[in-house]
Amino acid sequence: MIENKKTEHKPPWLVILKRFSSNKMGMIGTFLILCLILVAIFAPLLEPYSYKEQNIDLISSPPSSSHLLGTDDFGRDLLSRTIRGARISFVVGVLSVAISVIIGIVIGCIAGFYGGVVDLVLTTIADLTWSMPAILIALLFVAIIGAGLESVVIAIGLSYWAQYARLVRGQILSLKNAVFIEATRSMGASDFVILFKHLLPNSISPVIVAATIGIGNAIVLEATLGFLGMGAQPPTPSWGAMMSNGTAYLFIAPWMIIFPGLAMMITVLGFNLFGDALIDIMDVKNKESS
Amino acid sequence: MTFLKVSDLKVEFQVDKKTITPIENISFEMNEGEILGMVGETGSGKSLTAHAIMGLSSLVGGKIGGSVQFGEQDLTKLSENEMQSVRGSQIAFIPQNPMTSLDPVYKVGDQIVEGLYKHTKISKRNAKQQVIELMGKLRIPKPDRVFQQYPHQLSGGLKQRIVIAMGLCNNPRLLIADEPTTALDVTVQAQIMTLFKELAEERGIGLFLITHDLGVIAQVCDKVVVMYAGNMVEFGDIKTVFNTPSHPYTKALLGCIPHIGMGKGTLSAIDGNVPSVGTYPSGCRYHPRCPSAFEPCKKSMPELIRKKGETQVACHLFQEIKD
Repeated sequence: MIENKKTEHKPPWLVILKRFSSNKMGMIGTFLILCLILVAIFAPLLEPYSYKEQNIDLISSPPSSSHLLGTDDFGRDLLSRTIRGARISFVVGVLSVAISVIIGIVIGCIAGFYGGVVDLVLTTIADLTWSMPAILIALLFVAIIGAGLESVVIAIGLSYWAQYARLVRGQILSLKNAVFIEATRSMGASDFVILFKHLLPNSISPVIVAATIGIGNAIVLEATLGFLGMGAQPPTPSWGAMMSNGTAYLFIAPWMIIFPGLAMMITVLGFNLFGDALIDIMDVKNKESS
Repeated sequence: MTFLKVSDLKVEFQVDKKTITPIENISFEMNEGEILGMVGETGSGKSLTAHAIMGLSSLVGGKIGGSVQFGEQDLTKLSENEMQSVRGSQIAFIPQNPMTSLDPVYKVGDQIVEGLYKHTKISKRNAKQQVIELMGKLRIPKPDRVFQQYPHQLSGGLKQRIVIAMGLCNNPRLLIADEPTTALDVTVQAQIMTLFKELAEERGIGLFLITHDLGVIAQVCDKVVVMYAGNMVEFGDIKTVFNTPSHPYTKALLGCIPHIGMGKGTLSAIDGNVPSVGTYPSGCRYHPRCPSAFEPCKKSMPELIRKKGETQVACHLFQEIKD
């Protein structure tokens, strides 16, 4: 009568965790993300110097024992600034994706569930947003609300919601006629309960996967905006802004651009590896085969 | 007081500016504690009738006509909000396939509790207690353990019992079961049917059973509605309909059942197929397949005629006699 005795007393998260730990790439991704989080949290303790402390005697000096990654054109320690930059990148990445996901979920749910004209209008808006390069939309928003970290978060959030909206809409569409929804409805459940208690939890796993990879994209977009001078304002060290700054000294002080670039590459790689591993693991349909 | 009286029920859909009527001319009644069977081929509108009674077809754009008198209220006149409080509490529905009727992300116990919460004011602990008790009554082994399990960990028979428990948790007066045993194997089928019979007898629940299995109907039902191509062709108590079927379709349907000892040979079948919605023939929808069809059958749709007792039949053959 009772199948699958092995997993009977294991909570689902434990099963997921166990499967995750056997995924090498996923573990590397997890490790990189954990490093980033730790660095972001303990940034003030890890920085050998203050990120805004300028040293006129050591302008654009190459990596040395006192400044492991060298200094920039103001004589600021690059290691300290890269460490502080992790904080900016992480916060921007997570917050902006959170905004995208929330907007995407709400719009996707409404479009998928109610269908008809509502769906048509919302899907068209999403498609239009989707068809424009995210950087353009972000630039537009930054131009409207002004440069700065908060506006970058909002701008990136408003640039990427369409992909989540489409993802959620598709999931809701395929699920809303499922028999268990009919069963729930026949129990007298309201639209709200059906949508947010039954349809959404069943559609959420691909969204989590997309969001994880989306954090990587958001970090890149933040760097791009920073590179264009639209992001965090000096002296706040954003990796993008640091690289932008470094372009002027590309041939005399390449470390100014290499190290923030490497930091960003590793971070994005971490999120992508983690996301790819999630795709394999979070698949609800495979839950039974473990 | 009437328990359930369906009169002239029909559902209309607008498809590409055309109106299609997948079901119409459905009238029957049932009393408390009775089991009413609805039988018909695939696509004859059985499930849609159930949905129309529950007011679920209006949610997908269908327009419901006629009336569904349930106790003192006409369900077709209620608003969606009022209907939500009727659904699950007074009328419960058991959907077609137990394998897919449970939300895969919640523990089965919590799903039953959710239904209970919706209509009954009860504390969390009492709700759990009551659900486990109900699961026990439905002969679910180790109910406290099954309560904590996810749908994919249960067998088909157990899932069906869980779905039935969901239906019964608020002590409904009417239980509509849409092919509750089609997806189950024969032994489990028999158990579920026995369970239904007990429920009707012990709790006085009216049971509206949709099936295409005439054997099931003969076994447990008090009354039967025979559906063909969205129309009700015959309605009556089980003995009359099965022993002396009036409508040629009912006769043909009963003739298709093989009996033990009937010898080897070709199984009898009704020639042709059920026409699909939108391609219904003129007049009586059964006439192209009917062996006793004659002129009027092609021209006009036969009306429902009351024969002796409660029996009703929609066929021109009997219209003639009446005239």
